[in-house]
Amino acid sequence: MAVADLPKPGNDPHEQIVLTAVDEFLAWGKENSLFYLLFATACCGIELMQAGGPRYDVDRLGMIPRATPRQADLMIVAGTITHKMAGVVRTLWEQMTEPRWVVSMGSCANSGGPFSKWSYSVLNGVDKYVPVDVYIPGCPPRPEALIDGVMALRERVRRYRTMGVRDRDPHVVQGADCRFGSHPGKPEPQA
Amino acid sequence: MTIEAITLGGERMQLNMGPHHPATHGVLRIRVESDGEIVSSCIPDHGYLHRSIEKIGECIEWPMFVPYTDRVDYVCAMNANLAYCVAVEKLLNTDPATAVVVPRRAECIRVLVAELNRISSHLIAVGAMAMDVGAYTPFLHGIAQREHVNDIFEKLCGQRLTYNYVTVGGVAFDLHETASEEIASFLDQFEKEMVRFNKLITTNTIFRDRCANLAVVTAAEAIAWGLVGPNLRGSGVDWDLRRDEPYGLYGELGVRVPKGERYAGRKGAVGDCYDRYIVRLLEIQESVRLCREVLKLLPPAAGKANDPIGGHQADVSKVLKRPPKGFVHCRTEAPRGEMGYFLVSDGTKVPYRVRVRTGSFSAAGIFHKVMRGIFLADVVAVIGSFDVVVPEIDR
Repeated sequence: MAVADLPKPGNDPHEQIVLTAVDEFLAWGKENSLFYLLFATACCGIELMQAGGPRYDVDRLGMIPRATPRQADLMIVAGTITHKMAGVVRTLWEQMTEPRWVVSMGSCANSGGPFSKWSYSVLNGVDKYVPVDVYIPGCPPRPEALIDGVMALRERVRRYRTMGVRDRDPHVVQGADCRFGSHPGKPEPQA
Repeated sequence: MTIEAITLGGERMQLNMGPHHPATHGVLRIRVESDGEIVSSCIPDHGYLHRSIEKIGECIEWPMFVPYTDRVDYVCAMNANLAYCVAVEKLLNTDPATAVVVPRRAECIRVLVAELNRISSHLIAVGAMAMDVGAYTPFLHGIAQREHVNDIFEKLCGQRLTYNYVTVGGVAFDLHETASEEIASFLDQFEKEMVRFNKLITTNTIFRDRCANLAVVTAAEAIAWGLVGPNLRGSGVDWDLRRDEPYGLYGELGVRVPKGERYAGRKGAVGDCYDRYIVRLLEIQESVRLCREVLKLLPPAAGKANDPIGGHQADVSKVLKRPPKGFVHCRTEAPRGEMGYFLVSDGTKVPYRVRVRTGSFSAAGIFHKVMRGIFLADVVAVIGSFDVVVPEIDR
């Protein structure tokens, strides 16, 4: 359908007015303005930056980086957390105002990742210090996977705002693998 | 604003920058002591991202360490891969029985990916520096171009950031069929885009005046403090390992080395923030030229039967079970300067010691020297101009 054929909003009040519950309206606003804390520690931070860049553009989801935790709703833990850093993460989380949400981005924040076995200084999972709502696997995850995780989080925000229910079971993003197409290391898809 | 003005006394203020601060490029903590608006001391506090990568090197086999080199410097993971693999090859070549010959096509691909990654790394560096002094748009232009490099790498090896592509004795995969055309077309459109980037920020008077004559490091100081890479060249020292101690294919390519020449004009000085910034831009241009040269040199792919890249791998993995005893230090030119690997082998399949020396570490060392006497607001500009990446400091 061409743009010209689309019905134009007229003066008919049925097209101008949407009736909804106040809670749902507020929830709609809240889930579309998840300000995230600019908190990048390691490799995933570069992917977080690229997710904010022109191609993936998380601004269109109402996600705007904030430099101070007091203005942020969402903490995306992007990167390795060491034992020295863990207390700082906890402090930052405590400085955020309720309701606050945490996305653990990448294997290091989920479980220590490649450093979990041999490293003496890496915290094996940021969930030992802060409660995590969404886990995103990958080393580092693609920006699409991050956006997938954020969409899952928005569902939670809406449920919390409309029903007052806060899910305690964390959500794990599935299939955060390469979707670009074929490359030499990727097995051919089975028909 | 001179240092004498500070020593007059008065109340000092302790300011704690980081570890969570948007302008410290990660989790660098800097303890700044200021007298009013003037910084009187500035001491970096490292270790917030110490992931014990060197210790891990002593626990795992030689080829298994390559993915960890990605994490030493994730902004230029290809160069970090290359640095380690060149060092291991140098170790293997100390004994004729275990000598490794890298196929010429693999050498070409190595230089190609290293220079492409240098472009994308410097884009982050100059974009982030512009962002730190308040110009947000150039950073987005840099990120947009970086995406194109990531696309090329993703088709090449399946990853966008941590590639694990360069291996000991070659590279992991051959170039895909359309890679040469894709890279060539990227380089063409990238050069046009850089003209726009320069119009946006490089020739911008506000930016230039802000960075001119700021945190000047003279050539003698740069050498004394052990600065490397673009920070060293920004001070006017003509030194580049790709030209002066060539490894791989770089000896044939004739790398032209830019250096700081008081680009900011009358207001500037050799070795100020603007010189370091311009040197990075000139290195991007040089990398574009090198990529084009390598694409011309690239020999045709061998047939499947004796594929120089895949077929070579089996021999190397056997040799790496019993490498020669001894130690070797090998340094390469990464975007943030010399990346040196010191490897000690006791003849087993596990390294005895893996030591990494990186450019950001020495750059962070000079902070308290150059920060004295500058304005507090300029601290982020100086950090940006040295292009510090924190895991390179902490490892």
